[in-house]
Amino acid sequence: MTKQMTGAKMVVQALKDQGVEVVFGYPGGAVLPIYDEIFQQNDIRHILVRHEQGAVHMAEGYARSTGKPGVVLVTSGPGATNAVTGLVDALMDSIPLVVLTGQVPTFMIGTDGFQEADTVGITRPCTKHNWLVKDTEKLSETIHQAFHVATSGRPGPVLIDIPKDVQFATATYTEREKTRIAHYQPRREGDAGQIARLVEMMEQAERPIFYTGGGVINSGTRASALLRELVAETDFPITSTLMGLGAYPASGKNWLGMLGMHGLYEANLAMHGCDLMVNIGARFDDRITGRVKDFSPHSRKAHIDIDPSSINKVIRVDVPIVGDVTLVLEEVLRQWRARGSKTNKGGLDKWWKQIAEWRAVDCLSFKNSEKTIKPQYALQRLEALTKGMDRYITTEVGQHQMWAAQFLGFEDPHRWMTSGGLGTMGYGLPASIGVQIAHPDALVINVAGEASWLMNMQEMGTAMQFRAPVKQFILNNERLGMVRQWQELLHGERYSHSWSESLPDFVKLAEAFGCKGIKCDDPKDLDDAIMEMIRYDGPVIFDCLVEKHENCFPMIPSGKPHNEMLLGEADTQGVIGAKGAVLV
Amino acid sequence: MSALNIKKGSTSHSAYDLRDHHSQVVESHTLAVIVENEPGVLARVIGLFSGRGYNIDSLTVAEVDHTGHRSRITIVTSGTPAVIDQIEAQLGRLVAVYEVHDLTAEGPAVQRELALLKVAGKGDARIEALRLAEIFRANVVDSTLESFVFEITGTPEKIDAFADLMRPLGLRELARTGVAALSRGA
Repeated sequence: MTKQMTGAKMVVQALKDQGVEVVFGYPGGAVLPIYDEIFQQNDIRHILVRHEQGAVHMAEGYARSTGKPGVVLVTSGPGATNAVTGLVDALMDSIPLVVLTGQVPTFMIGTDGFQEADTVGITRPCTKHNWLVKDTEKLSETIHQAFHVATSGRPGPVLIDIPKDVQFATATYTEREKTRIAHYQPRREGDAGQIARLVEMMEQAERPIFYTGGGVINSGTRASALLRELVAETDFPITSTLMGLGAYPASGKNWLGMLGMHGLYEANLAMHGCDLMVNIGARFDDRITGRVKDFSPHSRKAHIDIDPSSINKVIRVDVPIVGDVTLVLEEVLRQWRARGSKTNKGGLDKWWKQIAEWRAVDCLSFKNSEKTIKPQYALQRLEALTKGMDRYITTEVGQHQMWAAQFLGFEDPHRWMTSGGLGTMGYGLPASIGVQIAHPDALVINVAGEASWLMNMQEMGTAMQFRAPVKQFILNNERLGMVRQWQELLHGERYSHSWSESLPDFVKLAEAFGCKGIKCDDPKDLDDAIMEMIRYDGPVIFDCLVEKHENCFPMIPSGKPHNEMLLGEADTQGVIGAKGAVLV
Repeated sequence: MSALNIKKGSTSHSAYDLRDHHSQVVESHTLAVIVENEPGVLARVIGLFSGRGYNIDSLTVAEVDHTGHRSRITIVTSGTPAVIDQIEAQLGRLVAVYEVHDLTAEGPAVQRELALLKVAGKGDARIEALRLAEIFRANVVDSTLESFVFEITGTPEKIDAFADLMRPLGLRELARTGVAALSRGA
């Protein structure tokens, strides 16, 4: 039986059929018919944001913490353009999103109508794919296809632009099952021959390392389970990018910590000195490789990635394996076990001894203070006091983000939400709300810097309205800390516009929003203050006044290879030349 | 610091000099891209090239399968082998793209381009233009007492050569279609 309905009703019906429970959005003229349909049902919850960028970041937080696609609904013109930053953020970090935008009616397109923007044109390079639906007959099918594209292969954001007359018109609804699925069917199984080559290399390697990334998380919890089996059985060391934290537990004995520009000494030197690098779902980002020419010069490299364009993009590899991490790891384990689960024991023993020496450097050590709160200390205490809780962490972007990655331990995937590729300041607060909406009873903490946090602070209103008890843990140094650090190291300590005057009183700000504000500037009071934040049943803005001039170490200066890390202030004199200063 | 005793600063290359790293000869490649004939598909392909800094030396596009909604885009591009591989992979991941063929790499292919040339002149120049057109097997598709419009089909090099000869003889306007290409054999 064919079902006739309006385009607006189709949107809501298609979302229901896709199992959508929550939509993050903001109404406006061009989406009023859809909002009218949302009003008349109770299956899909709508979270009213305060700014469309917030909606997209919330949907990202929701998606990253659940593994399900996030859904956004915004109006035409400014509604769509405000969403753009979030779209690029999701594209860079491979987060599945379905974004619905209203558009002026089809007969007005191209007339510079009120709140008209060329949304599909603007978002074409910001999405994995996008559609302008000009015929209601095609609307439901397009929405079903959009979910397919967003979630299959390398996930990413997709956008559907729906003119207002298409929302009003009536047509036949196409069921999800009857939708002609797009030809888009990325390959998921890895090539067995290449996997056999990798297995052989794993058997021989003297200094192997697993280098894992967000692809393991995106592949699903099964991928993390398989990764843990593989690490346990091979006893190879493992490091991860910022995006991959939690796939292997931080408490695991083979864990070297995060690698990269602010990664751990042992992780970076192991990457530099290994003879076999197995990249699982990471993409050799410039924050990871440092100087490409000197990146891990003595290793053979294997790369497992579902996106063929990631392979050989930056680093030439010896064993390319295109496929879904879960399926590839299954096959790696199967073949390796079938051949007797062999490793090079003698080589591995020496390798672990070398790694132990690097670990002994204790690269995260810092000079603590009894008078001021060091940001590292604040995170150590946060970690100690929340360990074992049902905890989710989001971050903003900057020094605090790197310290959070260094000092917080993640035992499971989907527990760590951060803007990696795009580095979007203002991501963390809305993302934390999205996470909390998906996990109402969990402890959700946004580790923030005060400057990033201010970029989307209006979303505290959303947290209040929808009773999302998110904890905003702001490491307040009254500086744009990472910018300041670079100015110190690269620009002759000329601190051009990298400090904040006229910051709000965060406690009063919290009161103004109707939530709880906590201020702490004494290390002795910190534990009690953190416990007060955790125990409070509602949103908290925690103003943690920290040391203003602390730099984030270790650091691989841009343009340098892994073995030229800076471990502390003493290493920084004149290390970054003019060439390095050009890089970001 | 250098626990591995690997020589420091052995190169001056940065993370952004990726192409230098594989520095090889720049090659010209002809790509055939089969796409869904939907609005914006050409913009996707062109946007990919401009956004990622690839070259387009020639581009043609037309629907080739009306019932199947398929268009064929023929792109002549240039780059090192690593860049060409990357272009193919990037094209391949576009949702609207069905197939990408590197006709230069996949084996022998025929390439043809059509051009229209307006040549104005009198006397000897006019006669010389007509004689050269015969040698190049160009057709006259329009003529007045002072001008010809020649139609010529061939490889881009042949059209270049013909246009170069016509220039001193009064070439006024030149319109080229860009390259269409097919692999040889079945």
